[in-house]
Amino acid sequence: MSEDTSRPFEPKIVAFFCNWCTYTAADLAGISRMQYAPNVRAIRLMCSGRVDPQFVLAAFHDGADGVLIGGCHPGDCHYQEGNHNARRRFELLRLMLRDMGIEDERVRLEWISAAEGDKVQRVCNEMTEQIRALGPLRLVTVPRWHAEEAPAEHVELVGQVTS
Amino acid sequence: MLEPDGNGGLTSQPISTNGSPKIGVYVCHCGLNIAGKVDVKAVVEFASTLPNVAVARDYKFMCSDPGQELIEKDLREGLINRVVVASCSPLMHEATFRRATAVGGQSPFYFQMASIREQVSWVVADGEDATDKAKALVAGAVRRVALHEYLEPRRADVHADVMIVGGGIAGIHAALTMAEAGKHVFLVERESTIGGHMAKFDKTFPTLDCAACILTPKMSQVRSHPNITLWTYSDVVGVEGYTGDFTVRVRHRPRYVKEELCTGCLECIEKCIHKQGKFADEWNEGLSKRKPIYIPFPQATPAVVDVDPEACIWFKTGKCPRTCIEACERDAFDFEQTETFDEVKVGAIVLATGFKAFDAARMPEYGYGLYPNVYTSLEIERLLNAAGPTGGEVVLRDGSHPKVVGIIHCVGSRDAKHNLWCSKVCCMYSLKLAHMVKERTGAEVYNFYIDMRTPGKGYEEFYDKILKEGVHMVRGRVAGVTDEAASPEEEGRLVIRAEDTLIGSVRRIPVDLVILAVGIEPQPDAQDVRRTFNISTGVEGFFTERHPKLAPVSTFTDGVFLAGACQGPKDIPETVAQAGAAAAEALAMVDRGFVMLEANTAFIDEAACSGCKTCVGLCPFSAIGFDEERQKAAVNEVVCKGCGVCVGACPSGAAQQHLFTDAQIFAEIEGVLAYV
Repeated sequence: MSEDTSRPFEPKIVAFFCNWCTYTAADLAGISRMQYAPNVRAIRLMCSGRVDPQFVLAAFHDGADGVLIGGCHPGDCHYQEGNHNARRRFELLRLMLRDMGIEDERVRLEWISAAEGDKVQRVCNEMTEQIRALGPLRLVTVPRWHAEEAPAEHVELVGQVTS
Repeated sequence: MLEPDGNGGLTSQPISTNGSPKIGVYVCHCGLNIAGKVDVKAVVEFASTLPNVAVARDYKFMCSDPGQELIEKDLREGLINRVVVASCSPLMHEATFRRATAVGGQSPFYFQMASIREQVSWVVADGEDATDKAKALVAGAVRRVALHEYLEPRRADVHADVMIVGGGIAGIHAALTMAEAGKHVFLVERESTIGGHMAKFDKTFPTLDCAACILTPKMSQVRSHPNITLWTYSDVVGVEGYTGDFTVRVRHRPRYVKEELCTGCLECIEKCIHKQGKFADEWNEGLSKRKPIYIPFPQATPAVVDVDPEACIWFKTGKCPRTCIEACERDAFDFEQTETFDEVKVGAIVLATGFKAFDAARMPEYGYGLYPNVYTSLEIERLLNAAGPTGGEVVLRDGSHPKVVGIIHCVGSRDAKHNLWCSKVCCMYSLKLAHMVKERTGAEVYNFYIDMRTPGKGYEEFYDKILKEGVHMVRGRVAGVTDEAASPEEEGRLVIRAEDTLIGSVRRIPVDLVILAVGIEPQPDAQDVRRTFNISTGVEGFFTERHPKLAPVSTFTDGVFLAGACQGPKDIPETVAQAGAAAAEALAMVDRGFVMLEANTAFIDEAACSGCKTCVGLCPFSAIGFDEERQKAAVNEVVCKGCGVCVGACPSGAAQQHLFTDAQIFAEIEGVLAYV
């Protein structure tokens, strides 16, 4: 992507919203005319459990500065437990993204029920603000082992993944 | 053509059966809803530059007949073979445009929607930003639809029977409507009798006709109707399946009396070892006492007695001569009864689970539970009811008649501390109670209201009539109820302190009886019911309808419909109208005999499947089998619900989902990012 210097940096955020809760919540935000940052581009999936970690990587590869995943609250999944799967994958993916030098703020998993149009608004605005502050995504090109910090943090974090 | 691959799926390579993609992009103005913010012409121009786009047009209302005709004509003339409509949410009009695509002669799934109204024009403040976002979403849809595959719509048979959950007036009316149409109805009610709240009322506004006189005939019709299976003391504990083919598990709690044998003669109640009622009678809001064996009210349906094991001496100590059993000529008692379960298959479900009245104790300033003569409106309904604890007399706790009565409106409603919503029925029922209390006791009646809300046929006229009867109306929210007297005339009475905004002062009005007009709330277990039936609720807890205007009795789960106050506050006429509508919608579905299902099932690309079984264990519906011999997974398309969890987890990309293949989603990601 060539950088356009005439306009200040505006992050691009790709969102994966589940059909039943978060996409419906985004519809509700629309029906209620809640204004929020135009930076989020939503892709509808049937379930947050459909989110393949590769989608997130592909989004970053294709020029996204952030990725938002929205699913039903735990216990409310239209398909019983797809959102639990999404969460487990997300935690693992996050470790990998950290190793790639992608800041935590750039990937976010949120439970947003069909009634929470205001949460869509809040999360989209928050994320846009945070990523605007971070600046465009710049993937780390320096190999990890050249960095000064100890590379062991993911070892302790593995324990949190199982749930 | 695609060949079946022997495991219920189709071969996974996106082979187009309609030639190379020629995409038509249609951008809707939606009047000014979209065009007022998004530069529609710019979006069309942009779309025409995208790969594979053959036609790009805009139109005022794409969902209108001429709008759909645009698509159909372009398809028929061979200008295009795939369709993108940029308009409202797919939840709104996806079905409409898929139909148009099919009418144009293509598989309905050669279609993709870009939501540029709910996702763009209604939520983006700046016009330029909105146009950019609309372009990005259109590009995503164009990229994706180029990879759509030929799919046949799936058809599934619909079971002809229906289930109704909740036996209040909504459930009763829906049950009778469908039973009359020849469908078999399972009516499940958790209390021991049907009738719901309406059966507790004495009269109904604004006509003042007796609630029992209009309700009880319908109750007995339910009981005797050959097409209705009535299950009381029962609740739904599990729902499986999907629209047209639900398997519902119902639990029957023991009532210790065989329903089919009990004739409702009530001899056993007479002969119970307890000579007097001793336990709070729930039906009368605790205003009277009942025995451990009782019937809630004379016209209870079914007319079968209940045994309360918490109160019955036999259950508590095992020592009782059980005079009830001796009294029963039909030998209807069965103290060994335990929970039983039934599993039935139904095509559609109507939820009519009703409401809960606001708990007045949550507003201690009104003294409910502290001052004995502060009653809720439901308690007064029971006092006014001829079949109630006082035979229809409104009396204070000491048995004397009140001389001054105060009715406080909006208790729990329109209150930021409790419920924000208006409960819709309280103004009218408060006027009704004012009229009836005045008529029965001759008392002076004061109504304390915030606003009078009387929209409805004959409602304003009723208000007018009550005013002319001399009921006092004080406009203002009540600050509190106290027994602290500030003057001799307040001694020994309750004092209502309220602002009177019409005269601009604070008043203290001494009364003998306070009636709290409690509002309507969702049932306390509405969230459990929501989960069981896989539907949603609003933040306040009422069940959410599919569309507030155009699909008010449907839910987001196909085949599950809503009736009555479980969807939001409603009075009786509205509830009955909605129950009729829900019955009609359910009938339309089961009567046709089949439903069209989403084509978005998963399938396995056998060549790529390594036989790791990751998907098998993940599927929440056990839809994925495993062929041990060939070491390949296989999806059972009939059972698959199309969540795509297996697809997201498959390490080799062998599991795929129709309409949501990896390739299609990658293309959409690329599309929303590549241009703007």
